[in-house]
Amino acid sequence: MSEVTKIRNKIRDTKGDRVLQAFTCTILVLILILVGYPVLYVVACSFSSSNAIMTGRVFLWPREFTLAGYEFVFQYDRVWEGYRNTLIYTVLGTSIKLFVTTLAAYPLARPKYQGRRLFTTLFLVAMLTGAGLIPTFITRYNLGLYDNIWAIILPGALGISHCFILRTAFKTSVPGELYDAATIDGCSEFQVLWKIALPLIKATLSVILLYTAVGEWNAYFNAMIYLNDETKYPLQLILRTILTAAQTIDTNTLSADQLVQLESGTEQIKYALIIVSTVPVLVLYAIVQKYFKKGVMIGSLKG
Amino acid sequence: MANTAASAKPMILQNAKGFRRFFLNFKKNWPLHLMMLLPMIYMILFEFLPMYGLQIAFKDYRAKDGIWGSDFVGLEHFERFFSNYRWKQYVGNTVKISLYSIAAGFPVPIILALFLHLCEFNWLKKLTQNVSYIPHFISTVVFVGILNQVFNPFTGMLVNFYELFGVTEVSDIRSNPDAFIHLYVWSGVWQGMGWSTIMYVASLSGVSMELHEAAKIDGASRFRRIFAVDLPAIVPIICIQLVLRFGSVMSVGYEKVFLMQNNLNISESEVISTYIYKRMGKNDFSFGTAVSLMNSVINTSMVLLVNWFSNLISDREYGLF
Repeated sequence: MSEVTKIRNKIRDTKGDRVLQAFTCTILVLILILVGYPVLYVVACSFSSSNAIMTGRVFLWPREFTLAGYEFVFQYDRVWEGYRNTLIYTVLGTSIKLFVTTLAAYPLARPKYQGRRLFTTLFLVAMLTGAGLIPTFITRYNLGLYDNIWAIILPGALGISHCFILRTAFKTSVPGELYDAATIDGCSEFQVLWKIALPLIKATLSVILLYTAVGEWNAYFNAMIYLNDETKYPLQLILRTILTAAQTIDTNTLSADQLVQLESGTEQIKYALIIVSTVPVLVLYAIVQKYFKKGVMIGSLKG
Repeated sequence: MANTAASAKPMILQNAKGFRRFFLNFKKNWPLHLMMLLPMIYMILFEFLPMYGLQIAFKDYRAKDGIWGSDFVGLEHFERFFSNYRWKQYVGNTVKISLYSIAAGFPVPIILALFLHLCEFNWLKKLTQNVSYIPHFISTVVFVGILNQVFNPFTGMLVNFYELFGVTEVSDIRSNPDAFIHLYVWSGVWQGMGWSTIMYVASLSGVSMELHEAAKIDGASRFRRIFAVDLPAIVPIICIQLVLRFGSVMSVGYEKVFLMQNNLNISESEVISTYIYKRMGKNDFSFGTAVSLMNSVINTSMVLLVNWFSNLISDREYGLF
């Protein structure tokens, strides 16, 4: 909205419009508090002593400020192990998924590709139906995808809904003449994809990257079913035993010092864990945020 | 675009017929087919091979006999499910939870997006948007962990407020079966509402200013223009989102319900997917598959039905496919 229209709006605003505006702002502030307060509360608790949390003295800022929760989390080996596993799963899983999904989406966007209709139908059928938990488990188990890193990474190699989004992006952001021009100049199909088409859909690609990476980082269910060896567990699965299951931290693996710390600080350790496991995802969002609006819109188009 | 590509084809391709045409085309476009190779292998291994395994729903699967070699038992597993006196409870919980989720969770982002669009203070709009995105990035595990902490009747966040209002007698709502569905649905709304506004806000800001100006000159107040200008502009996106949303009606639960479940709220929180998971844990593979097959049949017909309806009322404009 330009300055001129802004001023014009101010003059023409009726009383009703101003009431509506005041109402709007009130609602937004309420939403802000409703969403923001619990978030702030969790952050404040992670810096407060367990005693202050248990007696309900934490409201908005830390009481009896301490970093003990974070210290414990960073000294706890299983958290590091989980962090490392999650990082491997996320980086490898995201790269493979982006690679394979792009390979599937590009031909579908090319009018001269004769398998277009067939593959679109196949993908659509696969997206709408599915074999369900148990047949999937049996098949993957027979393929040898059990209790190893590939059991987590390979089944996610192609994102079908992401493939449709990318196809639409190729169609709308890369003009057909560009393909012809590149081919006449002697580009192979792979060069066209790599040097011309991909740079043009960077915005959509970064959105898909974010979706995929966040999904991989936060996933726990497949790991719970397909992994047996605890040293391969991703961070979320380790968090699950600490945060939601009745069973708490495995005390056998701790030193005497850590045990004392644990006794006095379970609450703040939980809050510190919540923060430590969520921050990386938020950082990633902050990085790719600037592409967001454009990329998301393309995904919502019907194509 | 299609025209340019067609005219760029060499003469020989335009004249060739049948298999020869297919072959020539294949020879010319082999890089595209090569690209499709990996995705195709994926589709076969991870999408269609498991569908072959669906037949164990009609068999008595034993690992040593394999999928093909296990004994055929017909509809026995389906009969067993329907003779379980609890089956209505499982199906009922599933339907109840997802319809409630849609009823509560679908309109809220649209309303919030309209408010964000109405707001004339850019800083307030931006701040609200960015803060409301944060919960979306919290994983299910951590989110349920936070719920457990916040609703802890002795040490949680709410204790502070109870004390403010002088309430001393507090019950644990985490294990109250009647509270489960509300806790599940509204915590979901809290987590998802900000993120879901992105698409709506983006398409609202795409509405041409001229429409607003014209409506203004005709004497429409801002309130009137919400319904006359803003809402009609986002109806297509609302429809597509709704079709997608109904597609997951029966698949509620693997992640969040599973984590929020405990022995005390099980009567209200046991849904089909958690039930299947538990059968799997008891090595009841065939029975679990039968239940899940039935579930996906209902699920897929639901999508087709909603999509058909969406196409019907909009003259094939707003459907997903």
